Amino acid sequence: MKINIQNLSKSFGKAAILHDINLEINSGELIALLGPSGSGKTSLLRIIAGLEHPDVGKIKFNEEDYTERHARERKLGFVFQHYALFRNMTIYENIAYGLKVRPRKTRPTKQAIDKKVHDLLSLIKLENYAHHYPAQLSGGQRQRVALARSLAVEPEVLLLDEPFGALDAKVRKELRRWLRNLHNDIEITSVFVTHDQEEALEVADRIVIMNNGRVEQIGTPLEVYENPASAFVLDFLGNVNSMAGKVNRGVLETGSYKIELPEYSSMDDLEGIGYVRPHDLDIDKERLSENSIESIVEHVHPIGSVVRIELIRRDNDEMIEAEIPKNLYQSMDIQIGERVFVTPRSVKMFLDYSI
Amino acid sequence: MMGMPEIDLRKKSVIYRQESPWVKYILIAVTVLFLALFLLLPLVAIFMKAFEKGMYVYMASITHPDAVSAIKLTLLVAIISVPLNALFGICAAWAISKYQFKGKNILITLIDIPFAVSPVIAGLVFILLFGSSGLFGEFLFDSGIKIVFALPGIVLATLFVTFPFVARELIPLMQAQGTAEEEASLILGAGGFKTFWRITLPNIKWGLLYGIILCNARAVGEFGAVSVVSGHIRGLTNTMPLHIEILYNEYQFSAAFAVASIMSLIAIMTLIVKNLIEWKSGYRSTKAG
Repeated sequence: MKINIQNLSKSFGKAAILHDINLEINSGELIALLGPSGSGKTSLLRIIAGLEHPDVGKIKFNEEDYTERHARERKLGFVFQHYALFRNMTIYENIAYGLKVRPRKTRPTKQAIDKKVHDLLSLIKLENYAHHYPAQLSGGQRQRVALARSLAVEPEVLLLDEPFGALDAKVRKELRRWLRNLHNDIEITSVFVTHDQEEALEVADRIVIMNNGRVEQIGTPLEVYENPASAFVLDFLGNVNSMAGKVNRGVLETGSYKIELPEYSSMDDLEGIGYVRPHDLDIDKERLSENSIESIVEHVHPIGSVVRIELIRRDNDEMIEAEIPKNLYQSMDIQIGERVFVTPRSVKMFLDYSI
Repeated sequence: MMGMPEIDLRKKSVIYRQESPWVKYILIAVTVLFLALFLLLPLVAIFMKAFEKGMYVYMASITHPDAVSAIKLTLLVAIISVPLNALFGICAAWAISKYQFKGKNILITLIDIPFAVSPVIAGLVFILLFGSSGLFGEFLFDSGIKIVFALPGIVLATLFVTFPFVARELIPLMQAQGTAEEEASLILGAGGFKTFWRITLPNIKWGLLYGIILCNARAVGEFGAVSVVSGHIRGLTNTMPLHIEILYNEYQFSAAFAVASIMSLIAIMTLIVKNLIEWKSGYRSTKAG
């Protein structure tokens, strides 16, 4: 099912939650709504579900206007952040619920419901838990039950609100992969909300990055990571060093470091911030170019395949963080307190935003 | 070094275990003593006084037409007002816990008014509204509707006094449970009524039952408000508490306590029913688990 969201706005009292959202979700796509808390991503999901109503704007499912349709009529699956399993029912009854409450005409037979529930139980690998109550299950198991319950009604759209937010890191990673595989198998249009950029980058076909009720950027994980549309996106999608300075005729000057930015050549005397990712920094023991930043090694985190090095710039005492491969770190033999030269390989600059 | 903290921990727990039984026994003893003095003793006294002049007087007192009429009226008032207040209570708790709207806090305060206002004043309010010289008095007299000094007045006064019990019990419970389960049910295609019947009601049943029991106890026992609106017409508008007071004022102590023993029995039975239901449901859920 294709979803179209057009000029959608929503406010609670005086506080505006969503400003003029436009979004097109293709059939079978897996979309992540990514943003910090309060960015409006959950409100947008709930509006798609019909749990909340927009003030302005339209929602279309397969080009048909669904804005005024009740949640019940939208034929969606919705997975809640805290599972929202029916506590007074067994796992079996939870999964069967959506089929059992159908009007008699469209309700499957008892045997059909039973088969469906057992198929889903084996899909989520909880066959032996059919007669347990939700309170007897772990967080990851409950989340799988919530998913099975929403899939039982064979929805055409699956909406997930921070589906892995309340789980520990290991279970989260497992379920994430499981969701990706499930999506590949059943090709259901899916939208999930997350504040975890790693999760969005790993799972989604496309990412919608939201901030303060606005869409900052929409794109594939690679697009948004490589070509962030704003400083916010750049910052939100991973660690980044910021270097504040002045832009004059296409040159950003921060401390002793200068970088040419041809697209700003017509501008004078502007405040600008250059951003560089930790893995886009080269570290050398000798000054190889005029334009490198003399720094002192402050701290080293040698755990993992990349080594994180914290440095203090000699020119303006600001901290920068660099990441280099472990074997390079070992061959260079970098010591704490040592003087090194840092050279950015690529710098992005934005005028509008400071971190 | 590794073993040190472990030893410390064990020492501490030994001390803790030595201390706790005393605290436990003292607390239990105080509670039991208090309950015996202030609850059990009066209860025993009621039954002793009731049977003081023998079984014959007891039976005569509780089968006296006025007594029977008072018992019937009390039960009728409870049967009308408790379900109504259960319904109102669910509505109020639902509105407050599941929706966001302006003036919510004022509404919560309003629900508490019957707790804050003296029952006598509650009764007087209905006299002022529906009495012969009251606001609607003339209209009611012309159309021949009797409210004050009749069953409707007693029911109204009881409804007023017992309104908060169910609502007060349900509001915090439903606020804690949130709306997610209801939302999940709606999205799965269930209508409003099915959602209420299959999701909301099972989730609040214990709170609701407890509220109903408190509400019922008060409806049966209410004196002040009912006393003002009833008019004390023997055999017609006397409820059990009013009947007891009249008997007591006429120095018919054994008869008064005989009726009082019936009221106490109703109270004890309500508690037994509550425990039975709780025990039964608890048994079921442990068996399921």
